[in-house]
Amino acid sequence: MNKSELEDLQRIALRVREHILRMSTDGGCFTGASLSCADLLVFLYSRFLNVTPETLSAPDRDYLLLSKGHDVPALYGVFAELGFLDPERLKNHLKTTDHIYWHPNRAIPGIEFHSGSLGHLLSVSIGIATDIKLREGNNRVVVVLGDGELNEGTIWEGCLTANAWKLDNLIAVVDRNHFQANIRTEELIPLEPIVDKFKAFGWNVMSVDGHDYNALDETFASWKPGTGRPTVVVASTQRGRGVPSIAERADRWFCNFTHDEVEQLIGELHGEASADLTSETLIVR
Amino acid sequence: MNRYEELLLDLVNTDERIIILTAENRGHMRTIPAHLGKRFMDVGIAEQTMIGAAAGLAVRGRIVLTHALASFVTLRPFEFIRDDVGIPNLSVIMVGMVPGFLSDGNGPTHQAVDDVGLMRGIPNVGVFCPADEDDFIIGMRDIILSERPFYVRYINTPACVEHDKNFSIGKAEIVKGQGMGQRDITILTYGLLLKQSMQAAEILESHGLSVQVVNMRTLKPIDTEVLLNAAAESSLVVTVEDHFKNGGLYSILAETVLDNQTPCRALAIALEERWFRPALLADVLEYEGFTGEQIAVRIQRALELQPKDSYAELRLS
Repeated sequence: MNKSELEDLQRIALRVREHILRMSTDGGCFTGASLSCADLLVFLYSRFLNVTPETLSAPDRDYLLLSKGHDVPALYGVFAELGFLDPERLKNHLKTTDHIYWHPNRAIPGIEFHSGSLGHLLSVSIGIATDIKLREGNNRVVVVLGDGELNEGTIWEGCLTANAWKLDNLIAVVDRNHFQANIRTEELIPLEPIVDKFKAFGWNVMSVDGHDYNALDETFASWKPGTGRPTVVVASTQRGRGVPSIAERADRWFCNFTHDEVEQLIGELHGEASADLTSETLIVR
Repeated sequence: MNRYEELLLDLVNTDERIIILTAENRGHMRTIPAHLGKRFMDVGIAEQTMIGAAAGLAVRGRIVLTHALASFVTLRPFEFIRDDVGIPNLSVIMVGMVPGFLSDGNGPTHQAVDDVGLMRGIPNVGVFCPADEDDFIIGMRDIILSERPFYVRYINTPACVEHDKNFSIGKAEIVKGQGMGQRDITILTYGLLLKQSMQAAEILESHGLSVQVVNMRTLKPIDTEVLLNAAAESSLVVTVEDHFKNGGLYSILAETVLDNQTPCRALAIALEERWFRPALLADVLEYEGFTGEQIAVRIQRALELQPKDSYAELRLS
């Protein structure tokens, strides 16, 4: 990736983060989790996935499914920046006149499958990847999982099945932001060693810094078809990335800021002074 | 190869969309995998993954038939059926083996006696409960090709009546007393208890009572016309089902007559707030009061208990 390509991605990501913050008011959204996977989604749609606004229904397109659906503001932000979705529609967040709410749904172009309840879309991805295999297609299926979502037993059921069915066109990306809703993952249900767990299930495992575009490029470029094994990319990320006053804070998972706070946070995103936040935080035990 | 397997093989061979999945429940389809090649897949003992994968296949244009025990295909993956099949209205069929009393001696964990209530409660998901193997084979092709989600109570018992080969989703089959008009009793039933209901009807007829018997076939969509006709033209409407009273046919009847403001006298012959005593089928029927004779007596008693003298009756007993 050359310097200007990198700057392009960074510019898109900045805009995506602005979109996320602008959706974090008038009812709010899952701001922290959205900020953690913003770079992953910008990278995947810009550099890896073979899908564009023009090829949303193409039989040979690549798929992305957001299993941790509460970070959909990041995906909608990416869609708005890459021409999948009219950016004006983001202003309809939580309005009954549109379909932009806290979890993804197929009424929005580019959403391949809806989600909300955790632990569902790995198995749906297995079905899609299997159908692609049956039709001898070359499409790839990427499913984004939360690290907290790995608590769900269905993830591990799916890991067994994807290995048994040799789904080498399936790539799970774990947004390893080290937090689940209210608490650090390792303080509640320790997940480490994640890499060893997936290896033991027969998966091809890669680790990467989920905010480093060059590293992401290198990692995903090393993915090869036809290995006979599903792949998981464990992407280390930071919840609330890009906005220091809400980063890595258990009480800033779901955020509903005032308009003034949103403007301050966008300033913070652009390197200005820390926001002075007074709106309610989540209660954390 | 049994008739179910023959039907599936024919459908798979003539329609490239069809895929068969199981969660290692291969009862009644043990010989077919070898003939289906890649269009048959077994996820292992993982019902949630089975339904999720079925949804993924269906969103790519497949029609997916999932096959497992009735209790396991409805309960463990309930949320997957609701979220991943029901919400997007995908063409996934859940075929449940040994539903209701057919689970014999397995015990309450295996008793699908809440399945109709659960499945019909999910928007978009239909419910087909054939009476016997003939009825199952007659209806199953339409169900599979309906391109909508369906839950099916699998049954392979020998036919107890000559079934109408004209099958239509949402249309009941009147197996006795078609076009009868005003009558003493209408028995509404589904599944294996059609046989006992027919036996009960014959006993009641021998006592001079007029009886219509209806095989509901699909419980969702329901044949509202048949239900309302039963309410309007019978002294007593009886629902017979190997299901909890709550959520099944009796509930459907109650909802239907209330919706239409046409109340009727009704008797539920069902399981009331309890699972059934596990044993071989014939003994279960006897123990739980579901033989033809027992059903007839229960109906007769209800019929004799007229509302006007019901209190006197209660005092005497």
